[in-house]
Amino acid sequence: MSEAGTAAPAISRPRWRAIDWREYVVYIGFVLVFLFFAVFLGETFLNPTNLSNIVIQTAPITVMAVGLVFVLSTGEIDLSIGSVVAVSALTGAVALRETDSALVGVLAGLAVGAVVGLVNGVFVTLVRLPSFLVTLATMGAVAGVAREISNLQSVPVDNETFLGLFGSGELFGVPGLIIWSVLAIAVGYVLLNKTRYGAHVLAIGDNIGAARVSGIKTARVKIMVLMGSAMCASLAGLLYAGRLHGARYTLGEADLMTVIAAVIVGGTSLFGGKGTVVGALMGSLLMGMLNNGLILAHLSVSQQMIARGLIILVAVSLSLREKRS
Amino acid sequence: MSSEQSLIPDAGVVDRSVPALQLTNIRKQFGGVVAIERFDLDVQAGEIVALVGDNGAGKSTLVKMVSGVYQPTEGEIRLQGRPASFRDASDARRQGVEVVYQDLALVDSQPVYMNMFLGRELTKGPLRLLDRRRMARETQELVDRLDVRIPSAKATIRELSGGQRQAVAICRATHWASSLVLMDEPTAALGVAETAKVEELIMRLRERGAGVLVVSHNLDQVFRIADRVAVLRRGRQVGVRSIAATNRNEVVSMITGLS
Ligand SMILES: Nc1ncnc2c1ncn2[C@@H]1O[C@H](COP(=O)(O)OP(=O)(O)O)[C@@H](O)[C@H]1O
Ligand SMILES: [Mg+2]
Repeated sequence: MSEAGTAAPAISRPRWRAIDWREYVVYIGFVLVFLFFAVFLGETFLNPTNLSNIVIQTAPITVMAVGLVFVLSTGEIDLSIGSVVAVSALTGAVALRETDSALVGVLAGLAVGAVVGLVNGVFVTLVRLPSFLVTLATMGAVAGVAREISNLQSVPVDNETFLGLFGSGELFGVPGLIIWSVLAIAVGYVLLNKTRYGAHVLAIGDNIGAARVSGIKTARVKIMVLMGSAMCASLAGLLYAGRLHGARYTLGEADLMTVIAAVIVGGTSLFGGKGTVVGALMGSLLMGMLNNGLILAHLSVSQQMIARGLIILVAVSLSLREKRS
Repeated sequence: MSSEQSLIPDAGVVDRSVPALQLTNIRKQFGGVVAIERFDLDVQAGEIVALVGDNGAGKSTLVKMVSGVYQPTEGEIRLQGRPASFRDASDARRQGVEVVYQDLALVDSQPVYMNMFLGRELTKGPLRLLDRRRMARETQELVDRLDVRIPSAKATIRELSGGQRQAVAICRATHWASSLVLMDEPTAALGVAETAKVEELIMRLRERGAGVLVVSHNLDQVFRIADRVAVLRRGRQVGVRSIAATNRNEVVSMITGLS
């Protein structure tokens, strides 16, 4: 795999050192968890409908994970994505209710993400606050806005075009949600690995001083990754609204941890300079599979939370022990 | 950056008849602190000038003014005969001034060729996708031509030794510098053997036509590589000597002010 940050083969090293198994944690984990559920749950887990459901239900997580790969690659973090999911879904749903135009609904939802991302970016780059604090604050504020505009009520969506695009629609027999995932992964992969923008994102996360003296507009790139991440969260919100035929302030509220775990387990560094979009896809599928398997295993909701937390802890510690150079 | 621009520099383009750098009456104050009182210096194309002086003499401040990090309070900077002023470091870079930093301005997790083109990556096609193959090839050619021993242009910076890294930084600076290369203590972090390699590389820059201004603490090094030496003492220029016409004792007494 020629992912950024690991692109060059280790020429002068012996083979056994060149293979860093930590890069494959997500693949090993994926296979192990799959086998585990296959053996213990059998047909309930393995039937094609269930397997494709996993991919479909994971779509919003996958889309958000792509956005977060870029943020982490610059060495920043975005904690506001979970709240942006809800507020975008609600804004989209309200816009659909008022105008009955799918286009207006989509644009309204995405615009909310763009604004939140811009605010995050400006505070991180111009006011120079840590992204951890900025996005923690906007996470809270945006969650409040979602409650405020919805009055804690859900807003139904019945626009056929919108539901077709983001919910139950299909293209050549492929569910729309899977197409959205594939699109997000493809665009993210090309941007990160094949464009100057991606090269600058990785350079900033690795050595921001070097990036700056090389003429890279570091503030602009950071604002762009934060806007990208928030807009991915908006898209995830629209996907939820499409699938559930409505929006509610609770949407996405548990997604932040899942997305961060997916991205880290996938092999993206928490400290910048190294990011992998394909890894993030594998990470989010792994998370989706866990979710699905734990439900099928008839664990109670609280037991699921405990199990998921512990599994994430193990997986993240395996992949996060950074290479000593 | 246009993707048509070739990496291999053509030393013939440099006009050797005007000085690469001319500093006239340079003064720099930070609030009430006078860092540079008055400084004049010409650096010719293809010439290596060493800048020496005690700690706090103002060497780094001077380099930072020529590289666009600070603006002089007074005085004039000319590049290849034309007056120049820089808004910031990347502005200076656009005008042909390259800097080799002591604390290596390289991206560790990226290959050598991406560092060589950092901030000016080559692209191809209507989607402007990175042209990795061409960047790697041109980097390899440059590195071979300058006889820099690294495993490959595709090697990750992290795999290289300190000396190899500094060599990459110097290659990059030389390649992109159309008039001047500045080096602030380029070998301070290196061992003896690595320092020798890097000095060899610096001396080879002469043939490429850019002027080189190198800050060094090491007088042996100054006498090995420089054509002339400029001495700063507490912000004042105390003299410029041709290496052939001076000796260590004279330079030491200029630095310290003791005779
Ligand atoms: N940004 C700054 N603000 C205030 N004073 C400075 C600044 N930079 C350098 N100086 C002062 O200028 C003088 C020269 O410093 P410097 O150029 O770093 O010396 P050198 O590199 O020769 O050791 C010192 O007295 C230093 O304290
Ligand atoms: Mg200094």
